[in-house]
Amino acid sequence: MPASTRNSAYLTGLRQGAPFLLILVPFALLFGVVATEAGFSLPEVMGFSMVVLAGAAQFSAVQLMAENAHTLVVIATALAVNMRMAMYSASLTPYLGAAPLWQRALVAYGLFDQTYAVAHARFEARPEMTVAERIAFFAGAVTPMLPAWYGMTLVGAVAGRSIPPQFALDFALPITFLAMVAPALRTPAHVAAAGTSVALALVFAGLPFNLGLMIAAVAAMAVGAEIERRMGAR
Amino acid sequence: MSWSTAGTWAIIVTLGIGTFLMRFSFLGAMGGRRLPDWLLRHLRYTPVAVLPALVAPAVVWPPATGGDPDPARLAAAVVTVAVGWWRKSVLAAIGAGAVTLYALLFLLG
Repeated sequence: MPASTRNSAYLTGLRQGAPFLLILVPFALLFGVVATEAGFSLPEVMGFSMVVLAGAAQFSAVQLMAENAHTLVVIATALAVNMRMAMYSASLTPYLGAAPLWQRALVAYGLFDQTYAVAHARFEARPEMTVAERIAFFAGAVTPMLPAWYGMTLVGAVAGRSIPPQFALDFALPITFLAMVAPALRTPAHVAAAGTSVALALVFAGLPFNLGLMIAAVAAMAVGAEIERRMGAR
Repeated sequence: MSWSTAGTWAIIVTLGIGTFLMRFSFLGAMGGRRLPDWLLRHLRYTPVAVLPALVAPAVVWPPATGGDPDPARLAAAVVTVAVGWWRKSVLAAIGAGAVTLYALLFLLG
């Protein structure tokens, strides 16, 4: 394949990934501040962001550790929050499965909500893309996000001062995730899946280890798939 | 907080390995093989199934207000979804949600 189409796929990924910096920057900054205030050292705070690289799980782990939860509870909860990564992995396999193993391993490291959302949307809209172009697109999308995630965690940890609660940064995460979902509500099946997801997450919010999240997610996927099957059968 | 350096790093490394294995799971094991249609049909709904569930409790019972429902945060969530659905734009949705949140927090004090 000519390098020029790979380059243009990389640049497209870069362009489509860049807006997500608006989300990652405050989120990473906030993690740096919160984890430092909870008493973690700078290397530990950076360790979370570089080794785990998953915002929601990092916040869950730090929160539970600050409450002196048992080690196993911390690990089980944070991994449960990250179970969706396996769904993302499966979801991208039809598009990237034929790539060399080392490329798939690198994609796996950089696979999180924002990179998944931008990549899945692009791959679905452009079925004619080659596997190499998809890998290039993914690399482009990750390029600005990883340094921003590491760098802003560092800034937050070093600045160390709490961001005033008037900024309501607690709500940056919900707004971000809802904004990522809303444009995807294209069909009745998507709307029903999202509705199921919300309803069951609220009903089962009290369950430990984020089990409510997993139940809601699996049921919502089943609802979406079943409605698609019935509408297709008509 | 009563965590030793070793205890903290054990958690960080365990979470890192566990998370990587989940991210690599299907990409690593399935390779170029085609997944069955019923599974693909489910996977198409992954984002709309997971992300709303991840944030719904925080929207309805925000930790920042001690778990009491907050009109400003609820309205911001509704506006975010409405604008994102209407404009098909993530950034427009975030912008509208943030403006709604800050405006209502200011007005409602």
